[in-house]
Amino acid sequence: MTQAPTVTAPAALCLGDDALVLAQRLGEWAGHAPVLEEDVALANIALDLLGQARVLLSLVGDEDELAYLREERAFRNLQLVEQPNGDFAHTIARQLYFSTYQRLLYQQLANSSGPFAPLAAKAVKEVTYHQDHAEQWTLRLGDGTDESHGRAQRSLDALWRFTGELFWPVDGLDIDWQALEEGWRASVTEVIGRATLTVPEGPQSGAWSAGAGRQGLHTESFGRMLAEMQHLHRSHPGATW
Amino acid sequence: MSTVTADHAAAFDAAVAADERVEPRDWMPDAYRATLVRQIAQHAHSEIIGMQPEANWITRAPSLRRKAILMAKVQDEAGHGLYLYSAAETLGTSRDELLDKLHSGRQKYSSIFNYPTLTWADVGAIGWLVDGAAITNQVPLCRCSYGPYARAMVRICKEESFHQRQGYEALLALSRGTPAQHEMAQDAVNRWWWPSLMMFGPPDDESSHSEQSMAWKIKRHSNDELRQRFVDICVPQAESLGLTLPDADLVWNDERGHYDFGPIDWTEFWAVLKGNGPCNDQRITQRRQAHDEGAWVRDAAAAYAAKHTPQAQQAQRAQQVREEATA
Repeated sequence: MTQAPTVTAPAALCLGDDALVLAQRLGEWAGHAPVLEEDVALANIALDLLGQARVLLSLVGDEDELAYLREERAFRNLQLVEQPNGDFAHTIARQLYFSTYQRLLYQQLANSSGPFAPLAAKAVKEVTYHQDHAEQWTLRLGDGTDESHGRAQRSLDALWRFTGELFWPVDGLDIDWQALEEGWRASVTEVIGRATLTVPEGPQSGAWSAGAGRQGLHTESFGRMLAEMQHLHRSHPGATW
Repeated sequence: MSTVTADHAAAFDAAVAADERVEPRDWMPDAYRATLVRQIAQHAHSEIIGMQPEANWITRAPSLRRKAILMAKVQDEAGHGLYLYSAAETLGTSRDELLDKLHSGRQKYSSIFNYPTLTWADVGAIGWLVDGAAITNQVPLCRCSYGPYARAMVRICKEESFHQRQGYEALLALSRGTPAQHEMAQDAVNRWWWPSLMMFGPPDDESSHSEQSMAWKIKRHSNDELRQRFVDICVPQAESLGLTLPDADLVWNDERGHYDFGPIDWTEFWAVLKGNGPCNDQRITQRRQAHDEGAWVRDAAAAYAAKHTPQAQQAQRAQQVREEATA
């Protein structure tokens, strides 16, 4: 009997934390969306991501210990996913950048013979829907009114500096990172162009954001997000829920 | 009344008496239509406002499993709101119009959602008691005389029963947990019990719409009957949860075959209903804010749709041809 290839814990943590942290951010939208359909859609995406996070974190250890008892410096998520929701355009820009990355990444993993292949095969179906949702809204906001166009452009610009980190190699992930970056840029450029918007110029990383989330170096709002997420669990050590 | 209308009215009465379903294209009395719009809209609004007290705990849910369950539940509630607005629209109103009435305070939502969720256990108590009361109220609506409403209720009741079991199970975990968790569960039940009993509405002798709604088979049971049914179901459930209900007068009455229970504070009920509950302002402000702050997004979607209709695209192509010709 051949041994199934084993998942490396740091890689599973990176992918699991991305999904967990973005699910947490999207969960903040519940009851605040511009239309009821979006309350449904954003919760749906959050639930998919939370499901992915639970599978990935469980490969490493106890999902709740990992989610609730690690401190900020131990989280391995991208800085992009921890960015505050901002307005709807900001949330959609974050979603466009991330879901495009996640789809291409999971497609590569699903086609590999590596340990993440089965999980990636399931996730890629969900993520394809997430990407479609983000693209449809990018088109509507970009090619909607002057106001929505302006907001969409500002959001794409503001989040651009966090996108370089997406292509920083992660140990244990069998990925052609250059192909991932090229595919991502082509896909995002096409949608942004179709939405009558402009692909941002400027650096895709700053002094603190080249692979920084992956190293446990986060932005300031992240600690506050964790404080809220973990408070109750930490207040009752050892309790089961 | 003209002969034609009288014939219609007779046919309507006969259909209702024979337990047939009234459908959107059928003739119906104006008052029947108005009552249904009011009731279905209020029901839809309750689903939408009801997302808030629970969503309040999504970011703080104490385990990933509980967080996923809660997110799914809040998502279901938005879906229930959508079904119900669609059912109301079959009566000749629109979702926009109904939302406008909610935002301006001209239509109400269930008084229960004006209470705050102060601890995690409140999420369990809402599932067990509030969803339990809602189901007791809504199961008979699956046989309501108006077809679209009855069919929406069949779908909604299935999901609600699921939520109610999840709420019960969450409370059970707390009740059997650490002393602090048990105390949290008991405190939540103490705060949600009476407001849940108020969900059945005023006592029968003060319920203005009841008699007509029962004659039209929109309602099948009186407020007090349903409230009694709910109490009878909850007492043994509280016992198996290992929690007490905050009512010193609660006692089995062998003669009636029901539990007797203490008096409800109707002053509080009317105060909450008139807008003076703990969270009335907060709930409606958040709803209005989400709507107002989302206006530019809805405008964008409408503008995009207008640009991308077949007609708009045809005009655009014609313009391109003209530009190319002059270039």
